[in-house]
Amino acid sequence: MNKTVNPKDLTSDDHNGPLYAAQKKVYPQSVSGTFRRIKWSLMAVCLGVYYFLPFVRWNRGISAPSQAVLIDLPNSRFYFFFIELWPQEVYYFTGLLIVAAVVLFLMNSVGGRIWCGYLCPQTVWTDLFYAVERLVEGDRRERMKKDKSSDPLKLERISEIVLKHSIWLMIAWWTGGAWVLYFNDAPTLVKELVTFQGPMIAYVWIGILTATTYLLAGYMREQVCTYMCPWPRIQAALTDEWALNVTYRYDRGEKRTSVKKAAELRALGEQVGDCVDCYQCVAVCPTGIDIRNGPQMECIQCGLCIDACDNVMTKIGRPKRLIGYDNDINIQRRQEGKAPIYRIVRPRTIGYSAIIAAIGGFMIYTLATRSLLDVNVLHDRNPVAVKLSDGSIRNAYTVRLLNKSGYDRIIAIDANGPANATIHVIGVDSVTPDRPMIVIPRDSTSELRLLVTAPAENNPEKSVPVRFHVTDIGLGEVASATDNFVSP
Amino acid sequence: MTDHHSDIDSVSGKSTTGHEWDGIKELNTPLPRWWVISFYITIVWAVAYWIVYPAWPLISSNTTGMFGYSSRADVAVELANLEKIRGDKMVALGAASLADIEKDPALLALARAKGKTVFGDNCAPCHGSGAAGAKGYPNLNDDDWLWGGTLDQIMQTIQFGARSGHAKTHEGQMLAFGKDGVLKGDEIVTVANYVRSLAGLPIRNGFDAAKGEKIFAENCVACHGDGGKGNPEMGAPNLTDKIWLYGSDEASLIETISQGRAGVMPAWEGRLDPATIKAMAVYVHSLGGGK
Repeated sequence: MNKTVNPKDLTSDDHNGPLYAAQKKVYPQSVSGTFRRIKWSLMAVCLGVYYFLPFVRWNRGISAPSQAVLIDLPNSRFYFFFIELWPQEVYYFTGLLIVAAVVLFLMNSVGGRIWCGYLCPQTVWTDLFYAVERLVEGDRRERMKKDKSSDPLKLERISEIVLKHSIWLMIAWWTGGAWVLYFNDAPTLVKELVTFQGPMIAYVWIGILTATTYLLAGYMREQVCTYMCPWPRIQAALTDEWALNVTYRYDRGEKRTSVKKAAELRALGEQVGDCVDCYQCVAVCPTGIDIRNGPQMECIQCGLCIDACDNVMTKIGRPKRLIGYDNDINIQRRQEGKAPIYRIVRPRTIGYSAIIAAIGGFMIYTLATRSLLDVNVLHDRNPVAVKLSDGSIRNAYTVRLLNKSGYDRIIAIDANGPANATIHVIGVDSVTPDRPMIVIPRDSTSELRLLVTAPAENNPEKSVPVRFHVTDIGLGEVASATDNFVSP
Repeated sequence: MTDHHSDIDSVSGKSTTGHEWDGIKELNTPLPRWWVISFYITIVWAVAYWIVYPAWPLISSNTTGMFGYSSRADVAVELANLEKIRGDKMVALGAASLADIEKDPALLALARAKGKTVFGDNCAPCHGSGAAGAKGYPNLNDDDWLWGGTLDQIMQTIQFGARSGHAKTHEGQMLAFGKDGVLKGDEIVTVANYVRSLAGLPIRNGFDAAKGEKIFAENCVACHGDGGKGNPEMGAPNLTDKIWLYGSDEASLIETISQGRAGVMPAWEGRLDPATIKAMAVYVHSLGGGK
C-alpha cells in the first residue's frame, strides 16, 4: 500500500497477479508525549464510563428501577438519569443519532479523524490490547524477534503467550459483561451471573461480545479501520483543505539526512532537512504506515508519530513538530515559503455548529416541555356514525390515555363538539354528568371506548370537529386531541 | 490474456491488473486474505444451511433438513403457549358475571379484545366487521334491540339464536299477511300507512286512519303491542322509532306485511365455548347500544 510492492512478495502462484494480500503484522513501539497522554486519558474516561455507568444509581421511587442508565426491554422503557422514554418517543434517539452524525462531521472539519484516532471503540480497545501485549511480551523489537524466532517454544515463552491471551480474554469478557448490565439491574444481574443463575440470553450476549472484542482488538485491529469501516470513506468525502490532519512537513524535513551528515552540511552553510530518517514515526504507528508518504487512507490520525518525532527532534536539538496537525493549504503555502494560516471558524464549521445547536436545542426544548399526560383518539371507521331509535346520532371513539408519570392519576374527560352532545365511556358510570372519570395507574396506558351522542333536535352537519380534553383533576394537567363528529 | 505480472505502475510502484482505459491502468489491489477466507466460509455456511435446514422446493414438498426443523411447528408451539397463558384469563372471564366483567377494566379489555376477534370470524359476514349491519341484519351499535339489549338478553340471543332450530331459540316471526290471504291488497296499503303514521313518517293522501287502526288492532297488536311499541319476547320490533331493519318506505312496508319476515340468527352454543360467548356478549353490549 504505502511501500513499493514487489508482486513476487505477495502470496500468489498466479502469474497474473495475487488474488489476496496477507495481513502484515504491525508492532507499534511504545511512545510517550502529549498525544499519548491525551490518548491514555481519553481511554480511561471512555472505558471508565462504559464499565461503571451501569452501577450508578438514581432514585426514582419504589415504582421504577433505580439504575441511572437502563434499557428496560421487557417493559419497553429507557431510563437515563432524570429522563424516562417510552417506545413512541424513539424520535429522541433519531435526533440524538443525527446530532451525533453532525458532531462527527464537525470534528472532521476541525481536526480530521479525531474520532478514529482517539475515541472510536475499535481504537480504544486495540490500544488497550497493544498495551497488554507490550507489558507481557515486551516492546516492538522484542516482539518482532520472538515472533520471527524459529527456536522451539520454551516454557517462559509459552507462559507469556498464555498470560497475554488470558488478560485479553478477561478484558473482552468484562466488555461483554458490562454490556448486558445496561439491560438489567446491574448489581442483581452480577449476583445472578456469578452464581450461574443469570438468564441464558445474558450469557449468550457476554459470549458474543467477548468473542468480537477479542477478535477485533486482538487480531483484526487496523484491518477493521482499513477494510471494514465505512467512516474513513465518508470522512474523505467530507473533508476540506482547512481540516487539520496529521501531516509531515516536507519543507522542513527534506532532504532527509543522517544526524552526522546534517551537522557537517549545516556547518558548510548548506540547506538540509530536519528528518533524520530514523523511522521512529513508522515504528510507533498502530496502522503500520509511513506518514511521510502524505495523507493515507490507513492513517487514523492518532498523533503518536508526532510524539515519536518530537522526542527525536528534542534529542538532536531541532525544533519540534516536524510532524504535526496541519492543513492542506499550509502544505502548499510552506513550500512556497509563506506563513501557515489556520481557519477553524469558517462557513462549514459554523454550519455544522448551527445544525447541532438547532437540533440539540429543539430536542432539549421538546424534552423539557413534553407532557407526562397524553391522549390519542381514533374514530370508529365502521360504522362511522350510528342512528339511535330516537333519531339522535352517536359516534364512537377509541381513546388511549397515557400516564407517563410515576403516580396514579384521576382523569376527567370532556368533549367539545356538537351542541348538547353527551359523552359516555363504556364501563364507567359518570358521577358528574357527561364528565366521565377514570383512574390511570402510573407509568401505563388505558384504552377506553368513548361514545358521543348528539340529540335528534340538533343533529349536526355532515361533519363537525370535536375536541377531547383530558384533565388530571388532582394536578390540573391537561392534554387534548381533536377528531370529527360525523352524521350519516 | 497477456502476461502482465511485470507490469508495474511507475508512480505508485504497484502492479497493475493489465486492464487499461484511455491510458489509465487499474492498480492491482488484492483483497486481504482474511476477507477472502471469510467469504469462502460464508459459502460453506450456505451449503451447510441447505443441508441442515429445509431449503429446496421439490415438486410436491420440500427438503426437510437434517433435524426436521419446521417454522410452522415453531408457530404451533408458540400458539399453544399463548393459549396456555390466555387459558387462565379466559377461565376468570368464564367465572365472572356479565355485569362484573363490564365493571372490571382488565376483564372488560380482555372481553372486548376476544369478542372483537371472534366477532370478526363468526358474525361479520352478516352483521359487518364493525357490527353496522345491513338490510335484514341488525346494526348492533344502536339502541334498538329485537330480542332485548341487556347483557343477559344479548348473551341469550347469541347462545340460542333466533329461529335457529335450537330447542331454546327465540321464536316468533312476522307473518305473510298478503301471501297467506289474511289481508287484501288495499288493506295492506292502509295498514302500511298506519304504521308509517305511528313512526311520524309522511302518509299517503286519502289514507283512512280509522281503518288502519282497526286492521292494526286486529292483526298486529298481538305481537307489536298497543301503539306498536314492540315486544322483545316475540322479537317484534318497535314500530314507532327511527330504526327500520327492512326499510320504512311504503313499498318496503308493503313487502314486509305481504311476504312476512323471519331472519335467522344461528345458535352459537356448542360452536363457541361459554367463556367466548360471554366475551362476545360483552363486546356487542359495549359497542354502545347495550341497555
